[in-house]
Amino acid sequence: MKFLDYAPAPESRALLGLKSDYGLFINGDFTPGRGTPFQTINPATEQQIAMIATANEADVDAAVSAARHAYDGVWSRLSGSDRGKYLFRIARLVQERARELAVAETLDNGKPIKETRDVDIPLVAAWFFYYAGWADKLDHAGVGPNPASLGVAAQVIPWNFPLMMLAWKIAPALAAGNTVVLKPAETTSLTALLFAEILQQADLPAGVVNIITGDGSTGATLVNHPGVNKVAFTGSTSVGRAIARSVAGTDKKLSLELGGKGANIVFDDAPIDQAVEGIVRGIFFNQGHVCCAGSRLLVQESIHDDVIDRLKRRMQTLRLGDPLDKNTDIGAVNSAEQLARIRELSDLGEQEGAERWSADCVIPENGFWFAPTIFTNVSTSHRIAREEIFGPVLSVLTFRTPAEAVAKANNTPYGLSAGIWSDKGSRILAVADKLRAGVIWANTFNQFDPSSPFGGYKESGYGREGGRHGLAAYLKPAVRTGSRSITAAADHPTTPVSKKSTSAGKKSASAEKAAK
Amino acid sequence: MNRLAIPKTYKLYIGGKFPRSESGRVYEVLSHKGDFLANAAKGSRKDARDAVVAARSALGGWAGATAYNRGQVLYRIAELLEGRRAQFIDEIMSCEGVNAAGASAQVDEAIDRWVWYAGWADKYVQVAGNANPVSGPFFNLSVPEPTGVVAIIAPQGAESLLGLVSAIAPALVAGNTVVVVANENAPLSAISLGEVLATSDVPGGVVNIVTGSPAEIAPWLATHADVNALDLVGAGDLDWVELQISAADTLKRVLPPEVGADAAAPALSRILAFTELKTVWHTKAIL
Repeated sequence: MKFLDYAPAPESRALLGLKSDYGLFINGDFTPGRGTPFQTINPATEQQIAMIATANEADVDAAVSAARHAYDGVWSRLSGSDRGKYLFRIARLVQERARELAVAETLDNGKPIKETRDVDIPLVAAWFFYYAGWADKLDHAGVGPNPASLGVAAQVIPWNFPLMMLAWKIAPALAAGNTVVLKPAETTSLTALLFAEILQQADLPAGVVNIITGDGSTGATLVNHPGVNKVAFTGSTSVGRAIARSVAGTDKKLSLELGGKGANIVFDDAPIDQAVEGIVRGIFFNQGHVCCAGSRLLVQESIHDDVIDRLKRRMQTLRLGDPLDKNTDIGAVNSAEQLARIRELSDLGEQEGAERWSADCVIPENGFWFAPTIFTNVSTSHRIAREEIFGPVLSVLTFRTPAEAVAKANNTPYGLSAGIWSDKGSRILAVADKLRAGVIWANTFNQFDPSSPFGGYKESGYGREGGRHGLAAYLKPAVRTGSRSITAAADHPTTPVSKKSTSAGKKSASAEKAAK
Repeated sequence: MNRLAIPKTYKLYIGGKFPRSESGRVYEVLSHKGDFLANAAKGSRKDARDAVVAARSALGGWAGATAYNRGQVLYRIAELLEGRRAQFIDEIMSCEGVNAAGASAQVDEAIDRWVWYAGWADKYVQVAGNANPVSGPFFNLSVPEPTGVVAIIAPQGAESLLGLVSAIAPALVAGNTVVVVANENAPLSAISLGEVLATSDVPGGVVNIVTGSPAEIAPWLATHADVNALDLVGAGDLDWVELQISAADTLKRVLPPEVGADAAAPALSRILAFTELKTVWHTKAIL
């Protein structure tokens, strides 16, 4: 060990009591799935953690009818304050079992324990705590007095923040009075199933939350099920499009949180060291598996060399390795498939003429790893500047004027996130106004909070999660009555009347993987 | 001796100008009794695409105008419509076969809806936005902004003027620009409304009105990559599910068809349907 090296500091797995096989959580109980079970592996070692059940069509049907039954019989009749009390219970139970959940998440996902311990799981508890308090205050959600819940919500979530995405979906749905069928991503089902145990401890009425596992086809079956009233999906834009097509013509309310290619804009008056920290947080947090990652660095030409020098120096200090080690900054890439995609796009970056530089780090023998990498001399037409890589790969572009920065930042079909680094408040406000993105961080990046709405413009999807607006995504206005004349009160919309049918045998959302 | 009247040539309204359809096509507009009223322009795919270009070019200016200014411009439309009540009542009576009282009530309601929406321009942000109490040293603010270019299939039933106004006014409030396909059978008041808009301080391109066949034009708007939202309020008789499926390719925001007298009833939710919520985190110093 050399001077200033770190001794290994692995978090213990001892507090985890995992089962070797997990079933589906339907109607309050674990039941075996009728599809073929699959293994979930630790991406840092490629070793099996447990076997996970696959829900087939009949299982999806059972889960949706359990949710419907719970909605009609229990949940929609419960008072808002009682719904809230269940959510508060869940928040507390998550806090109590936080370390266990963090270790399980790190094992299953590959992300560093310091992130699951300090970001993912605390936000899960915060999300339930926040929405718990909304359950008996729905009149203030912004959709008018006496808003109604939607019914059964079908929720499909990605693998990058497994339990956190679950919380973003389930907490507002339950607070608003809906029941849920949730499908976690194929590679990261574990913490959702531990969460099901928490629901049992909370004594949540059976069927209010059902968790079914499987691959993209299970997700497609779920969102296409005629018995669901709401579809909420987080994942890739291509699957989001397929879902939007498949719910067309139905009464299902849809929210989509899709891909991004966020611009992180650094002006010449920015505090450079802080900006470098923000760049690192923007693209290397969670191995870059973040839909709102700052994957395009737009740096003002006059400070380009200085920023890149300092960024490289900082990147050399990032520690890649055992995700359970408390000192690890960069964990494992979640799957071999994702690693292949990162490699493919990075190789393309080189072929198209961009200059590649990776931090010098030792790649473990087993598992899926990708060293933190930046590309300089990138132009806006390069594929690494246009396509979402979803890995620890940063594309660096330059600009001269604020107008050019804005034009380049907006030059993408996506519109999820952006960052602005400047010491000048008036410039931050003006640039933030002009950026076409749903979340903008000024002199910070990748901050999340349950009270803060999150979601995209353009092809990054629609609907918001978090805050009052995230609640409204699970509500509909009370039915409007009275005169159509403008001189009468007209604050509430009509219900559309010409719907063709609830599902109308639409073509299915394709067998594309529903989780990214 | 009766004076020989001068009939009006009804054309499209695109980019603040009144062009004929580039296709050179027209179609006969008939009165409720079947008498010839006018040859309206039969808009084409190219006209629709020109309208989208005009709407996109006008977006920066209209979205960037102050809310107070947009409110005044929308109110100005009501003022001018009020001044032209007689003309609209005439057109509605001949096209729709309603009596003077019915036509007059429709025009009144249309004017009142402009006024109602005008008043929202500098308020909807306050009602739909939020300061968010995040856990950390940040000032966090959520603000709704216009979605962009909105394509609208205007209501195709009775009350052509009211249907049109009810569909375009809410989209304009937030600063969106609009391409609207008018009521196919009763397009006259749509083009006359274009004349009102052209003289109401509404910048050219903010509203673009295409007459013709919605069934022919709608698919081009639904698939157009530079259209951000699609309001199918008047598309109930079209294959609107197919339109919605096409719109999914570019993840357009889509509003479904509505029918009856309450279609596109005035509502804050119609304004918000064409907005995007932007949340900005500003870092606070720690003192």
